[in-house]
Amino acid sequence: MDDFSDSRTIRLTVNGQTVERTVEVRKLLADFLREDLGLIATRLGCEHGVCGACTVMVNGESVRACLVLAVQADGAEILTVEGLAKEGRMHRLQQAFWDNHALQCGFCTSGFLMTGYDLLQKNAHPTEEEVRYGLSGNLCRCTGYANIVKAVLAAASAEAPCTKEGD
Amino acid sequence: MKPPRFAYARAESVEQALSLLSDRADARLLAGGQSLVPLLNLRMAEAPAVVDVSGLAELSFIARESGTLRVGALTRHRQLEVSGPVLSALPLLSRAAAEIGHLAIRNRGTIGGSLAHADPAAEWPLMAVTLDAHIVLRSKRSSRTVAARNFFVGPLTTVIQPGEMLCEIRFPIHAGPTLWGFQELSRRPGDFAVAAVACEIVRGGDGLCAGAALGVAGAHSTPLIVPEAEKVLAGSRGEEASLKEAAEKAAAAVEPPSDLHGSADYRRRVVKVLALRALKEAWSKA
Repeated sequence: MDDFSDSRTIRLTVNGQTVERTVEVRKLLADFLREDLGLIATRLGCEHGVCGACTVMVNGESVRACLVLAVQADGAEILTVEGLAKEGRMHRLQQAFWDNHALQCGFCTSGFLMTGYDLLQKNAHPTEEEVRYGLSGNLCRCTGYANIVKAVLAAASAEAPCTKEGD
Repeated sequence: MKPPRFAYARAESVEQALSLLSDRADARLLAGGQSLVPLLNLRMAEAPAVVDVSGLAELSFIARESGTLRVGALTRHRQLEVSGPVLSALPLLSRAAAEIGHLAIRNRGTIGGSLAHADPAAEWPLMAVTLDAHIVLRSKRSSRTVAARNFFVGPLTTVIQPGEMLCEIRFPIHAGPTLWGFQELSRRPGDFAVAAVACEIVRGGDGLCAGAALGVAGAHSTPLIVPEAEKVLAGSRGEEASLKEAAEKAAAAVEPPSDLHGSADYRRRVVKVLALRALKEAWSKA
């Protein structure tokens, strides 16, 4: 069974940096980011895909990092919340969360930011209903969601499209 | 919770995937991972070996060929949701895709994975059965095509045999304009359906219903079509009485489960309401 193994070496780009590591095949992408790369802002809430806290961008699309094996990210381009800010300046989504008091404990915030990021890159000017629907896969225990919705709408009303380069 | 140990192989081609499946009878296929990985994380599924087919670009396609929409098993829900050919040939598929989970799940989950997983409340099994699609299964030595209406045998159970992989699904496209409706009830957006109803009505030149299909998900051990409802609708013009009778036939046909999301009786009543709404939705497009 030469084709089967229990560990593999993967090479991928994370927040613009190429990394190469050998990982157990069962390791989740979320755990790889946190444990192997020290990028702990990607959180684990439910570990079965319902809370959204682990959301990251893989090849330009939001995914639940608890439902992707690290080995499946071989060759991929990953953006985590740590990659949003540029040269000490917050991404406009992060700024909007700050300005609108859209976080309390902050545990869900990384996931909301990445979900909001994909939402806005696909729909630059969403209605409030579209924002609420688009964020419905992320759970927050602290805020009651109202300020999170406001923050995403505020970020949407800024000029530039929601891309790494644009912000 | 984390997945248990398993042996992993990544298939670089369909042929290799089929060869790996035939080598290891205990291997499970990993496509989008949106059903299998939660089960592994929760330790609700056993997978001594996993064959990762998620990189097989040759199985990711949407192609309209005369009267058929061919969809590769590894096409993601999101691709079907926004596809131009889908929106022009079978917009009902886009509508159903949009109901699946949340965007992050639709970006990864695949139609082949959803069909093979066969959750009785899921959207793709309902679409496949309602639209009378055909499913192409391949193994190392052979290939066969199964009607979706014969494919689902029970909750999470299909006719897929060891060594077989679901490669493609083919939806028929009717020549003339069709009316369609889709109604789903879930507790929150993105949750599994408490029940869902899909219907497609083909009209004759006289504007009357020449053929109809009505399917129900979430209220039976498999997605279920309701031929009794279809008979009621034949020859009608969307009159309230015929729609109500068809909805009643749908509610009578299902044997719903009772679970923490609803009793069997509740589901039966939801089916009746959703069936009527779906049929009204369809006829409103006439």
